[in-house]
Amino acid sequence: MRKTFLSQNPSVLIFIALLAIFTIAVTLLSEVTGVGLISTSFVKTLGKTLCLSLVAIAMDVVWGYCGILSLGHFAFFGIGGYAIGMWLMYARTEGIVMTSLASQPLPPTPAEISDAIGNQIFGVVGSSEFPLIWAFADNLFVQLLMVVLVPGALALVFGWLAFRSRVTGVYLSILTQAMTLALALYLFQNDSGLRGNNGLSGLQNIPGFEDSSQAKVSIAFFIASAFALGAAYIGFAWIVSGKMGSIVKGIRDNEARVRFLGYHVESYKLFIFTTTAIAAGIAGALYYPQAGIINPGEVAPIASIYLAVWVAIGGRGRLYGAVIGAVFVSLLSSWFTGGGAPNINLGFYTVQWTDWWLVLLGMSFVAVTLYFPKGIGGLFDYLVRKPS
Amino acid sequence: MSMLLEVNGVSVTFDGFRAINNLSINFAPTELRAIIGPNGAGKTTFMDIVTGKTKPDEGTVVWGERNISLLGMSESQIAREGIGRKFQKPTVFEAQTVRQNLAMALKTPRGPFSVLMHKKTKANGARIEAVAEQIGLADSLTRSAGELSHGQKQWLEIGMLLAQEPRLMLVDEPAAGMTPEEREKTTDILREAAKTRAVVVVEHDMEFVRRLNCKVTVLHEGSVLAEGSLDHVTSNQTVIDVYLGRSHA
Ligand SMILES: Nc1ncnc2c1ncn2[C@@H]1O[C@H](COP(=O)(O)OP(=O)(O)OP(=O)(O)O)[C@@H](O)[C@H]1O
Ligand SMILES: [Mg+2]
Repeated sequence: MRKTFLSQNPSVLIFIALLAIFTIAVTLLSEVTGVGLISTSFVKTLGKTLCLSLVAIAMDVVWGYCGILSLGHFAFFGIGGYAIGMWLMYARTEGIVMTSLASQPLPPTPAEISDAIGNQIFGVVGSSEFPLIWAFADNLFVQLLMVVLVPGALALVFGWLAFRSRVTGVYLSILTQAMTLALALYLFQNDSGLRGNNGLSGLQNIPGFEDSSQAKVSIAFFIASAFALGAAYIGFAWIVSGKMGSIVKGIRDNEARVRFLGYHVESYKLFIFTTTAIAAGIAGALYYPQAGIINPGEVAPIASIYLAVWVAIGGRGRLYGAVIGAVFVSLLSSWFTGGGAPNINLGFYTVQWTDWWLVLLGMSFVAVTLYFPKGIGGLFDYLVRKPS
Repeated sequence: MSMLLEVNGVSVTFDGFRAINNLSINFAPTELRAIIGPNGAGKTTFMDIVTGKTKPDEGTVVWGERNISLLGMSESQIAREGIGRKFQKPTVFEAQTVRQNLAMALKTPRGPFSVLMHKKTKANGARIEAVAEQIGLADSLTRSAGELSHGQKQWLEIGMLLAQEPRLMLVDEPAAGMTPEEREKTTDILREAAKTRAVVVVEHDMEFVRRLNCKVTVLHEGSVLAEGSLDHVTSNQTVIDVYLGRSHA
C-alpha cells in the first residue's frame, strides 16, 4: 500500500528529499557547527517559514482540495501558539521566581510561589490571579495535548454547526472570519486571562534548556519544524491521493452529486476541517517559540486571509504549491516590510516598500486569480507532462 | 403485490406554483418504466422528491419491504438505501478520471474512516472494468472525465449508477446528446439493468421509449395523466393534446 502510494505520488518523494537536503544543509551551515554562514536569526526565519508552509498545506487541503475557503485557519495556528506559550511562560517564570525566592531565609510556601509567578505574568494587566485556563500551565504534557485538542475541538464544534446547516461558499468564509474575529477580540481583552494585547512573550527561552545557546535551540526547533512539515506533507498527501481524495475533490466540485452517491458529505468536511485545524495548531506551537512572542494581533482576521493568498499564489490543489506560496510570499514579505527592498525615488514621490508591498501583494493575488488560476505550482505542469 | 416504492398523494408548491399535484405512482421491485410528459410536467421534481432533494408539502413516499418513509431521510441516506440517480444534465466529476468516477460510485462502505482505509481490491477493479466495458469506456479508464464527449459523459453517469448497484435507478433523459447507435446501446443497458431491479427512465424521445418496450406513465401538470403501454397512452386523446400534439406529432 505504502509503496504504491509513494510510487503513484513521486512529488511526495521529491518534496521529502528536498526538505531533507535543505534541513541538513541549513544545520551544517548554521552557527551550531561553527560554520556560521547562516545566522541564528535567519535559522529562526527559516524555521518559522517551515511552520507557515505547514499551515499552508493544511489550508490547501481544506480549500484547494475540499473547496472550503476557511478564513479561520490562522486562528487555529494562534491557538496552538498560545497553548504552548502558556507552558513556556509559566515554566520559565517559575524558574526565575524560585531563584529569587531561594535567597529568603524561610523556604517559600506554595501559595507564595504561585502568587509570585502570577504577579510576574499578570502584572502587566493589573492582576496576579491565575485564570482558570492556566490550571494546567505547569504541565507540559497537558499543554501539548491542548495544542491538538483545543483547535480540534473548536473546529469540530464550529464545523459541525456550519456544515450541518449546509452553509457553503462565501457565507461559510464569512462565518470563519467571524469566528477568527471573535477569538482575536477575546484575546485582546485584559481579562481574557492571556495578558490582553501584551500577549505571551519570552517564548524563545525554553525552560530546562537555559544553558543551551539560542543557536542550538533555534536549530532544534528548525529541525522539529522540518519533521512536522514532512510528516504532515506525507499524511495529507496520503489523505488526498486515495479514495478519500476522490470524495473530497468531488465535494469541492459538486457536493450535491457526492450526496446522491450515498456519502455523508458533512462528515467528510468535518474530517478535513478538523484534521487541518489540528495541523494548523501544531504549526503554531512550533512557530511561536521561534518567534519569541505571540499577541492577539497574530490571530487577527487578516492573517487568515494572507494564508489564502499564499495558497492561491502558490497554486491550489497541490500540496507543494501551498509550500511554494508560503515560502515565496512570506520571505518576500519580510524582505519588503523589513526594509530589505530599496525604496524607489521617483523624484516627486518615493515608493516606500513597507507601504507598497501590500499593494503589490494584492495586485499579484488578483493577477494570479484572473490569469494563472493554477498559481506558481502550475508551472510544473509544463515541465512534467502527464502521460494520458 | 408488494411494491418497491410507493408515492402517494404527493404535492409540492414552488412560490405558489404547484409543480407536483397530488401525485401517486408505484414501482415494482423489478420493472422498467418510462415517464414521459411535456416540459415542466414535474418529471425531474418527482425524482428530486424521491431522492430527498426536495421535501414535499404533503403526501407519503414509502420504500422497500419494511415500508420505511423516505421523507425524513437525507439525500445520502436515501442513496445508501439503494436509490441511484442520473441527472438530466450529465454530472460527472470532470477533474477526475473515468476510473475514479466509477470507483467513487462503486458499492463499498460510505463512512469517512472506511474510505480512508480503503484498499484497492481485485474484485473492485474487476467490477469497475466490467462496468466500463458495459458503457463502452473500457479504453478510457485513465482519461479525465472532463475530456469525454457529451454522450460519453451520459454513459459514464449511467455507469456510475450501475456501479452503485441500486435497487431503484432513476434515469433522467439518458439519451440527450447521443447518436442513434449510442441510444440503441443505452436502451440495451437499461433493459438489462431492469432485469434485477426497478429502472425508471424519463425521456422525451419516443423512439427511445418505444425501444425500451415497457410500461409508460404520462405526467402532466404534476400528476399522472395516463398509464399503460406506449400504444395505449399515445392513443389517449388528452395525451395527444397536451404532449404529443405539441412537439412530437
Ligand atoms: N427549485 C425550484 N424552484 C422553483 N420552481 C421549480 C423548481 N424546480 C422545478 N420548478 C418548476 O417546477 C416545474 C416542474 O419542473 P421539472 O423540472 O420537474 O419539469 P420536467 O418535467 O422535468 O421538465 P423537462 O422535461 O423540461 O425536464 C417547472 O415549471 C419548473 O420551473
Ligand atoms: Mg426534467
